[in-house]
Amino acid sequence: MDLKTPLYDCHVRAEGKMVPYAGYLLPVQYKSGVIAEHMAVRNKAGLFDVSHMGEVILKGKDALNYIQMLVTNDCSQMKDGQVRYSPMCNDEGGVIDDLLIYRINEEEYLIIVNASNRQKDLDWIKRHISGDIELVDISDDMALLALQGPNSTAILERLTNVEKLPVKYYTFKENVDVSGISCMISKTGYTGEEGYELCCKNSDAVRLWELLLSEGSDYGLIPCGLGARDTLRLEAGMPLYGHEMDETISPIEAGLGFAVKLKKEEDFIGKKGIIDRGTPTKTRIGIKITGRGIAREACPVYYGDKEIGRTTSGTHSPYLGYPIAMALIDMDGLDDNINNIATKLEVDVRGRRINAEIVALPFYKR
Amino acid sequence: MSKEIFYAKSHEWVEFLDDNTARIGISDYAQNEMGDLVFIGLPEDGDEVEVGESFADVESVKAVSNVYSPVTGTIKAVNEELLDQPELVNSSAMESWFIEVENITNRGQLMTEEEYNKYIAE
Repeated sequence: MDLKTPLYDCHVRAEGKMVPYAGYLLPVQYKSGVIAEHMAVRNKAGLFDVSHMGEVILKGKDALNYIQMLVTNDCSQMKDGQVRYSPMCNDEGGVIDDLLIYRINEEEYLIIVNASNRQKDLDWIKRHISGDIELVDISDDMALLALQGPNSTAILERLTNVEKLPVKYYTFKENVDVSGISCMISKTGYTGEEGYELCCKNSDAVRLWELLLSEGSDYGLIPCGLGARDTLRLEAGMPLYGHEMDETISPIEAGLGFAVKLKKEEDFIGKKGIIDRGTPTKTRIGIKITGRGIAREACPVYYGDKEIGRTTSGTHSPYLGYPIAMALIDMDGLDDNINNIATKLEVDVRGRRINAEIVALPFYKR
Repeated sequence: MSKEIFYAKSHEWVEFLDDNTARIGISDYAQNEMGDLVFIGLPEDGDEVEVGESFADVESVKAVSNVYSPVTGTIKAVNEELLDQPELVNSSAMESWFIEVENITNRGQLMTEEEYNKYIAE
């Protein structure tokens, strides 16, 4: 049976269209619709329930060493209050999940995992534990709200002391008092827009949700569903697990080389696998559909007559006003120049080939 | 004069202009279920349509859906306005016809408006 987040009743009251996603019933959109919700985030502000995400605490003397072995990015120089993005790989260098790592202190970290991978991640992490480490899954006790958009700071300023808010992207503050609700607030998001993610206890979630919406209404804040979350992250060129990456492709092939530190001091799981794969021939590209039609996931991509890969995600871009897609293509045997902006391609959409061209990622940058 | 409008289980409406001609669109319920429409793929004049066969596809931001013909016949006209303004279907589904069909030789199982409203309420 599908689980409900603590905000389920709020979504139903707001006429959210509830759909099963990663084991939870979540709103795909509210009555304003995906396009209006998407544009609210780009121009004003939007509020998302992302409580389905998993939260895991790793603590103990060996926590940092363990994380260094577990993930591909280098966390050794992180300071308290910083957040780092990293893939976590299997022995073959395929991606098990992509994570956000919050350093609370030298011996305590919060890890945010994808809802659909939560159990798999926990099993994997437990399997490799050694030394003085405690692992606590707090997912079922915590709610996570994402407040995103250019007005998000102004909205939070009405509810809390501005000096308590994180300022830099990918930093966080603990125990921020938001009108009496204790939150951990990070300056993070999945929309390509300025914004925050607020983590609070389940029992405070409804009050926090309603408070933000009522204080934010003057700033154009509306609730947003999974539909807008997907179109926003796609415009921002952000990868989604199960689409742009999975256990068969390496983070480098998935375009996440920036988060793979082969030179970090500690050996990490998947390092050998990644190195053994050699120089990757696969690469992630951005595609603009210039013909008529919308490419979704798994559409074959052609350069001339040669199938060079498949789309991993695709949609109509509400901000740009035309269809966009990301694709994983194999450059093996192709001229390097193919991976150039404006190279003409074709995408097979349900048996029909439509014109497309390569564009730079991200599609949208604020 | 009240229009003679019927509905198919697959959520298309059909308005018979006379015994042999009809206009076809999708119901307000269907557009609401799909959400913001951003692309509509339409057939061409002269194409044949058949009961229960897909003649068009509509894409919302989130997904693609097929539109099935409630009648068998020949396409007389296509509402090309929808190619550039698919959102018209969201704002007025009952006015936004997709195709006009002539030489109708067969009708699928159709419901009256009352029956259809009952059907979608279930």
